[in-house]
Amino acid sequence: MGRYVARRLLQLIPVFFGTTFLIYWLVYEVPGDPFAGKCGQRACPPQYVAYLTHKYNLDKPLIVQYFTYMKNLLHGDFGMTYNNRSINEIIAVAYPNTVKLALVALGFEIVIGLTAGVLTGLRRNGFLDNLVLVTSLFLLALPTFVTGFVLKWLFGFQLGWVTPTVTSASPSFTDLLLPGFVLSSISLAYVARLARTSIAENRRADYVRTAIAKGLPHRRVIGVHLLRNSLIPVITLLGTDLGALMGGAIVTEGIFNIHGIGNEVYRAITRKEGATVVSIVVILVLVYLVMNLIVDLLYALLDPRIRYE
Amino acid sequence: MSDPSAASLAIESTTAEELASGEPIKLGTGGGQTDKPRGLLGDAWYDLRRKPLFWISAFFIVLFLVMAAFPQLFTSKDPTEALLDRSRQGPSSEAWFGYDVQGADLYARVIYGTRASIVVALLSTLGTVIFGSMVGIVSGFRGGWADSLLSRVADIFFGIPFLLGAIVILFTFNPPGSDKGEATIMLIVVTSLVVLSWPVSMRIMRSSVLSTKNADYIVAARALGASNFRIIMRHLLPNCLAPALVYSTILLGSFIGAEATLSYLGVGLKPPTQSWGIMVAESQDFLRVSPQLLLFPAAFLVVAVLSFVTMGEAVREALDPKLR
Repeated sequence: MGRYVARRLLQLIPVFFGTTFLIYWLVYEVPGDPFAGKCGQRACPPQYVAYLTHKYNLDKPLIVQYFTYMKNLLHGDFGMTYNNRSINEIIAVAYPNTVKLALVALGFEIVIGLTAGVLTGLRRNGFLDNLVLVTSLFLLALPTFVTGFVLKWLFGFQLGWVTPTVTSASPSFTDLLLPGFVLSSISLAYVARLARTSIAENRRADYVRTAIAKGLPHRRVIGVHLLRNSLIPVITLLGTDLGALMGGAIVTEGIFNIHGIGNEVYRAITRKEGATVVSIVVILVLVYLVMNLIVDLLYALLDPRIRYE
Repeated sequence: MSDPSAASLAIESTTAEELASGEPIKLGTGGGQTDKPRGLLGDAWYDLRRKPLFWISAFFIVLFLVMAAFPQLFTSKDPTEALLDRSRQGPSSEAWFGYDVQGADLYARVIYGTRASIVVALLSTLGTVIFGSMVGIVSGFRGGWADSLLSRVADIFFGIPFLLGAIVILFTFNPPGSDKGEATIMLIVVTSLVVLSWPVSMRIMRSSVLSTKNADYIVAARALGASNFRIIMRHLLPNCLAPALVYSTILLGSFIGAEATLSYLGVGLKPPTQSWGIMVAESQDFLRVSPQLLLFPAAFLVVAVLSFVTMGEAVREALDPKLR
């Protein structure tokens, strides 16, 4: 187990550096002048440009810039934006919102997705089953920006149940209910389908028949024997998904005006703030990779048949 | 990152799951009970023929393909003819879907918007599947250091969050405000989609090659002196095609969604190209007063994605003997 974790962590290193370097290089290549508009209407004096270029290491080759950035990163310093704001501060303000949004989305996935999946898996081919199948297919096919706008129009403007955009800088969980649902919609459908298939498959398993044959009450057969075994793949999916959700949601955050990390990264790309983009990507990739690792380890914990050498 | 790619993400995680669980990708082996032996595809076709969902989605796919090829069959209006005095008029017998902000016929725009979506989705899917499969075959067939190297490279590209990567790539090569030609922009969008999605296709192909590589008929072919190229083309490829085929159908649907999302964000296709994503993006300022600007293009987009995804599901069920 320890060796497996060590090997996995070692494998993360090239992926981490490869991904962040690719993004760093691409943002570096984004056309535009990072210092545009710094001096109002007129062009900046050349001395000032030279000073800024030197200050942000822009006069060095790309690879040197990248490693300087990485060195600072290892000291916990994400760097500064061109407006002289600390990126650590930006992330500290934006990230809690993203995490809240991700948690709300995860809550929807568990409550709605799992319930629908378990109910339909136990009773296949009924009305509910078909309803869930059709609805989930529909949700799977809807791109997030369509779901977002249609629900915003429906609940925000037509019915007036929610405020169409999130106005507060640090929204509460109730503010994030609709955005959270929009963000979760696709995974929700997927969780429902996975849970349904998994339960339907395991219902015919030998151990379930044995449990029924030895006279266990129905509730116990389902609650203890069936559910515990069927939910392993679902938990894996939820874990991976949480990793993806914590990476921020550019589209959802944009539609509902949430000051999260997705919004920040989009703004940073348009303003050619390489350091901000890469800092956010670093967090994102790290969270994603670590979540994947945790999920893999959890898998072994839940299913004793799996052993990692 | 779970945005446009999310449809593909959900499917990606299926395949990733299948791969992770170590099960070999299942291949149908013509087990029908009729007199004539059927191949894998024949068997799947026999299955598909009896599914109403397959026919419904096939109907819509053909409809969209015709719409993309000959939009003038569906409307005689010019989608770029904008008259400001009819700006944002509601649906009428004159213009079924009403007029947009510029006063152009929304129905005509939606019809003409099909082409961009279908072309981008088709080209990206072709690119992804062909490139990914080639890398996957090489990596699975050669094994050793080539496999390790290619797998690590694929990991790197897989690690880039889809939407974020696409935005960064497109901002670099297709910055807002640049005046590139329609075809160039399309090509850039297609390339960025391919660059970010090939690893999944590669992994699918690699795992099916790995599970087929040591089959008896491959060993037999090698014993008979067949060259590597011949083994790959004649024996390996036909037997590894099914999973890639299924994936590509589902991929088509999610690429339609991805293209619309990128166009919506302003980094994909640009006016005067007609695209559903652009139309949705334009509608967002008038959501309260003219929701039809949002609802009609969105409906077309959803039906298009839905028909491809449904088709993919049907094909997967037909090709997967475990589900029969």
